[in-house]
Parts: sequence; C-alpha cells; structure tokens
Amino acid sequence: MDGHSILTSPLAGSIGMWIGGLLTLMIFSFLYRDNPFYKFAEHLFVGVSAAYWMVVGFWSTLVPNLIAQLWPSHMGNLVPSAVGKKPDIWYMIPLVFGILMLMRLSPKANWLSRWAMAFVIGFAAGTNFTRYLQSDFVTQIHSSIEPIYTPGLSAMGTIGDIFSKVIIVGGLLSALIYFYFSKEHKGVFGRAARMGIWVLMAAFGATFGYTVMARISLLTGRMDFIIRWFGSTGRWIGGIFT
Amino acid sequence: MADQEVKLTIVERLGRVDRRIIFLVIGLSVLIPLLVHYTTAIPASPIVQDLFDMVENLPAGSKVLLSLDYAPSTAPENQPMATSIARHCFEKGHRIYMISLWATGPRQAMELIDDVITPEFPGKKQGEDWVNLGYKAGGQGLINTLLADFRAMYTTDVNGIGVDALPMMEGIKTLKNFDLIYCIGSGQPGNKEWIQFAGDPGRIPVGGGTTAVMAPQLYPYYPKQTVGLLGGLQGAAEYEAALLARYPKYKDMSRVASEKMGPQVSAHLVIAAFIILGNITFVIERRRRKKS
Repeated sequence: MDGHSILTSPLAGSIGMWIGGLLTLMIFSFLYRDNPFYKFAEHLFVGVSAAYWMVVGFWSTLVPNLIAQLWPSHMGNLVPSAVGKKPDIWYMIPLVFGILMLMRLSPKANWLSRWAMAFVIGFAAGTNFTRYLQSDFVTQIHSSIEPIYTPGLSAMGTIGDIFSKVIIVGGLLSALIYFYFSKEHKGVFGRAARMGIWVLMAAFGATFGYTVMARISLLTGRMDFIIRWFGSTGRWIGGIFT
Repeated sequence: MADQEVKLTIVERLGRVDRRIIFLVIGLSVLIPLLVHYTTAIPASPIVQDLFDMVENLPAGSKVLLSLDYAPSTAPENQPMATSIARHCFEKGHRIYMISLWATGPRQAMELIDDVITPEFPGKKQGEDWVNLGYKAGGQGLINTLLADFRAMYTTDVNGIGVDALPMMEGIKTLKNFDLIYCIGSGQPGNKEWIQFAGDPGRIPVGGGTTAVMAPQLYPYYPKQTVGLLGGLQGAAEYEAALLARYPKYKDMSRVASEKMGPQVSAHLVIAAFIILGNITFVIERRRRKKS
C-alpha cells in the first residue's frame, strides 16, 4: 500500500475526521471563553503549519531546483529528471546566499545574513515598484477615466453606463480630495471632501459585508464537517448495536 | 408610564445581550438551513458570466493554468471554485495545468483530482489532459521567472516525472503559452500578483476566484486587467449556476457552493437584524441619557 492509498483508506479517513472534529470543537470553545483546549489547538495549528511549509518548501523547491542542479548524479532516485544531467555551477550563487541567510541563527555571524537579506529586499522592491506603478497606478487611472458615451448600447443601457462612469470618476476624485490636507476643507472643496467620506464609508461597508460573507462561509464549512462527523459516528455506533 | 419603563428595560437588556448568545444564534442560523437543506437560486452576475464565457469560447485543447493559491482554512470558499472550473474545462476539452504559489495548494489539487477529476472524468489522462506541477516558493518572484522561462522552475510534476516526458507540456516554454491563467486565491501571493506580474506585462488573460475578504480589493481590476472574478462563496455559486444553465447534467450532481448559500442568507439576515437592533437600542439609550 503506497502513501497515497494509506492516506485515502477508510481507517485514515475516520481517524482524520475525529482529529479534525475534536480540534474544531476545541477552537469553537473559545467562543465561550479562553481555555486550555483552545490554547492547545491554536499552538498545534501554528506548529504544524510552520513545519508543513518548511518540509514542502524543502522537497518541492530546494531539492529539485537547487540540490538536484548542483549534484544531479546523487539525486536521480529523488528527482528522475536529474538523471544524466551535468552539474550547473551557477546554482552555487543561490546556495551561498541561502547559507548566508541561515547565518541569522548564529549570534556571532548573523551580520552575514544582511547580504542575503539585502538581495531579497532589493529584488522585491525593484520588481514590486515597477509592477505596482504599472498595474495599480497607470492602468488603474486609465481604467477609471473612460469615454462618457459608449456606442452600441440601448437607451437604458446608455443611461446606466453614463451613471456608472460618473459615480466612478466622482467617487475617485472626492475620495482623493478627502486625503488632500494642504487646503482647508471649506466651501466646495469641503463639500467634495465630505462626499469623499461617504464614498469611503460605502467602500468600508462593502468590504465589511464581504468579510461577513467570508466568515459565514468558513463557519458553514466547519458546521458541514461536524454534521458529517456526527453522522458517520452515529452510523458507526448504530452498526455496533445492530 | 409604568409600561414605558418596562419597555426601556427590555431595550436595555437587548442592548447588553451577552456576546455568547449572539454566537449561538448565528450558529443556529447556519446549522438549521444546513440540516433542512435550504438553498437559494443565485443567477450569474456579469463579472462571473464574463469569465464563464471566456472559458466557454476558448477552442478545445486550450491550455488553462490553474493556480491553487489557498489553504484548507479557506477551502469552503475556494474548493467549489476549483471544482467548477475543472468541470467546465474538461467539458470543453481544455487541458489543465495545476500549480501553486502556496505550499498548501498541492493538497487542494490532490482533493480536486480525487473528488472531481478521477471519478467524473475517468477518460482524462494525467500528463495528457491534466497535470499537477505542485508548489514552488517565491511568490511574485516565481511568476516573474515563469513569465520568462516556465521550465526553469518547473522541471518535474509532483510525482517527480520530468516535464519533458509529459505530452501536454509540449510547447510550454513561458506563461505566454497559456490561453488563460485561472487563479483561485485567498491572499498574497494570489490573484493580485498574477495580474501584476503575468497578466499585465505578458498580456495574458487572467481570471479566477478569491475569498470574499479579498474580493473588494480585486474588483477594480475588472474588466481591463482581469477577465472576471468569483467573489467568495457567492461567486462560486454563480459560476455553478452558469455551468448548470449551459450543462444541465450537473443538476443531479453535487454543487457545494449553491448548497451553502442557504446558510449564507439566513446568517446575513440574523446579523443584519442584530446590527439594526444594536443601533436602535443605542439611539434609545442616548435619548434617555440626554433626557436624564
């Protein structure tokens, strides 16, 4: 029986369901008050999550994308695609940077990790700057200011389309005015800033509504799980007595 | 006068209701519709219909990159989206390339394979019609690399089979070789990064679904920078409705998102009632304080 078959076997499914069900109840118990069961489940979740990410990151990225590139002859049994390949010495650079990053664990040599960190921050800042500028600034301005009239729509469609565009441009400008503090918010400027507050409130309201929907979705998922757990347990107990 | 005092006391009590009572009522508002299988019909909105039409109008054999960028914690919202797109793609004869920017993504892909692809589409072959390429670290850095050289990062699938040995990987050199990038995400990295680092610079159609928490941040990208978006469970239910309208055979099959919209409606009504009640008691108490 391979690993996947074991994980998908009925016994593993039952054990997994019991663990999941009990941990769910432990987390739900916080709704009544803080307690050791909740703390245990919370700490277990944090520990398992950290370990999971580390293990998956090692086997799915470090092994095939670094170790197998440097020592392909030794990795043939783990990474079949490495068989017959020659070592690529360019991968020594990420290996060195990776080791430098681990120097953070050493109190005496932790300053060495700054070089690797500088590389990561420089790369992230450089790529993010250009992409955010293009996608979230230039293109968003372009998307916000559209021709007021779109040909080919019905009369009602045209009215709706124009109304929608006016709302977008008006809302955008008034929200921007609200955040402009170099001029006192008085007169027409003040009224526009006040409208900006309403626009922001509408946006916060929509975000809150969506957040509620998200949380209820997750609660529904857990409730559904608990119903299935109780159902399967009830069938199991019923099977014992019949 | 005495009646008024009694009424005010009740209002005060309502205003100070224990939060655990509220949790209990919300819990019941979710549990009861689940037990009685209460559902509501959700028609597809334009933002969902556009994405559906995009997948529908792609020619058979098109290459769809499905990025599963979420964890089991948001699976109730995200997994129905994955189910719908897998069904839709295979109905149209598209090929699905599953990857993940999250370490937890491959497990969700495995669930999709075990629960949907293998039982519902037994004729679809691994390596020819679908492939699970797994997780790679790097987030937007990974997307940047994939845009230039897909095979530099993805040398094998999750089973360790070299991508050169997979027939469906023929012709895949960069992200530009895909006809659609379909990201199902729940945070960062996710939909936003796919738009910023792949869709915009590579001019590749990007669409997908996200959790309801993330949806308001992503709507501004529609329609110029994203083909369409499934916002939370409702978006997933809308896609299921569009799929059902086009392919009626799914009427008798599990439609998880649609089935869970009943509890959504009842819970929202209860929450709205509590908000209204809270505001009414707040106003009444404030008036009382002013008078006294």
